[in-house]
Amino acid sequence: MDLNYIFGILTLAGINLMSVLGLSLLTGFTGMFSFGHAGFMAIGGYTSAMMTVKFGLPFIPALLIGGLIAALVSSIIGKLTLNLKGDYFCIATLGFGEAIRLILDNVQYFGGARGWPGIPHHTQLLNVVIINIVAIIVLANIVRSKHGRNMIAVREEELASQIVGINVFKYKLISLMISAAYAGIAGGLMAHYMTFLQPKMFSLVKSTELTIIVIFGGLGSISGSVLGALVLTSLPEILRTFSEWRLVIYGLSVVIIMITRPSGLMGGYEFTPSSMKKLFARMKNKNKGLPNQMEGGKTV
Amino acid sequence: MNILELKNLTKTFGGLTAVGNVDFEVPKDGISGLIGPNGAGKTTIFNLITGVYKVTDGRIIFKGQDITNMEPYKIAGSGITRTFQNIRLFKKLTVYENVLTACHANANYSLLESVVRTIKCRKQEKELKEKADNLLEIMGLYDRKDLIANNLPYGLQRRLEIARALALNPELLLLDEPAAGMNPDETVQLMTLIAEIRPKFNLSVLIIDHHMDLIMGICEKIMVLNFGCKLAEGTPQEIQNNPKVVEAYLGVEG
Repeated sequence: MDLNYIFGILTLAGINLMSVLGLSLLTGFTGMFSFGHAGFMAIGGYTSAMMTVKFGLPFIPALLIGGLIAALVSSIIGKLTLNLKGDYFCIATLGFGEAIRLILDNVQYFGGARGWPGIPHHTQLLNVVIINIVAIIVLANIVRSKHGRNMIAVREEELASQIVGINVFKYKLISLMISAAYAGIAGGLMAHYMTFLQPKMFSLVKSTELTIIVIFGGLGSISGSVLGALVLTSLPEILRTFSEWRLVIYGLSVVIIMITRPSGLMGGYEFTPSSMKKLFARMKNKNKGLPNQMEGGKTV
Repeated sequence: MNILELKNLTKTFGGLTAVGNVDFEVPKDGISGLIGPNGAGKTTIFNLITGVYKVTDGRIIFKGQDITNMEPYKIAGSGITRTFQNIRLFKKLTVYENVLTACHANANYSLLESVVRTIKCRKQEKELKEKADNLLEIMGLYDRKDLIANNLPYGLQRRLEIARALALNPELLLLDEPAAGMNPDETVQLMTLIAEIRPKFNLSVLIIDHHMDLIMGICEKIMVLNFGCKLAEGTPQEIQNNPKVVEAYLGVEG
């Protein structure tokens, strides 16, 4: 296989991973489902493309501005919809995502539904990997801080969180804004990888794909999201030889994983040095026939 | 000195008056009790004090400040915490994580500081962990700190809920039927625990319970509710000898 082809798949996986990481914070750690994250990707993509094409800004600042604008829009959406409970918030995000796509379809400044060609090619495997590593470190540091614990508390039991003094609305909003910023940066990466933008790229299918990856990898696990993004982005490519059957196989493999591992590939566990040590210790205990240590094992 | 005052407190759900014109004072540094038959409005009063329900009429004064209709998390931050009748722990987290999460108000590093893990952030995180360990030690849960909260025995879940409430450094602790579902032995243990932690944490306590031995044993002041209205108020002796209370619980004689 051509090396460039493999690099291409990995770059795409990295772009997906970027927005999956953000969604992982929102869905996996704060417990809110969103079907509108393609909308935030679109905002980030079009904004950063506008920065590089129309204003001649360098790539990285353009990406950051894209993320920032996505976060800003999400804060407005969040203030309006975050008081909705569970499924209602989900429906609101679905509406938002579709609205963004339809608005972009009609903005001739960005080429409308025909698309916007001629965006410079800046996204390479190297910068995608670096950006993703930074994004993972930032996310991991947030999750293990008191702010991350407060988000997890909101996911677990909203009323009890209020009673222990956690501002539930504020933490939902922060989580949404961070995840939108991640999606915005991912959109920017995508724009400068494809060198072409079209509202169709950010349809509901894209949003559901992201949510599927998060659930597939395991809610509440960053390493699960990484694994999920790598597997599920490359799977359709690996299966390309099966042509029309590949999406069937893709769907089936998702269903099979969900049946055999209902809490996702990593199921809330993290892949860290300390968790590996624990795992080995437990395996040793089992081999010796000692009673299993009573422990949660789940790292937060 | 009263730490909490309910003034003419009223809550209606549609046409139903769940709590009607209740006046009550919770003395500082004491243990007070709230009793009454099922459906008398005891838990509703707790929900009003902690901001879970919005007050229809009347006022709630905490440490001289009006906290009526404030957001629940602000009320918690000002020093009132509670436990729930049907335990509400962070079920899938470990015992330790439950308490550590509730300690959050003791650290004030910002989100940005947590991203770059500044020295301040690391230092405060360490302090939070020490505080959580310390609390678990006091509550006798330290040896089970890595268990998932939902797998704890029932009595210990209640204990954990109290530990989590104490993590906020509250001044007023509201306990909603802490002895529900406990056998007499466990009830006695709980009684000693409450009596122990009250001076240790400088708390004032308000308890709802149906175990009369628990209420009469540790409360200095008791309010009796019936059909949302205050029926009687006084020391355990006065309550036990009050004919109206006996009537509400047992019915009219003859």
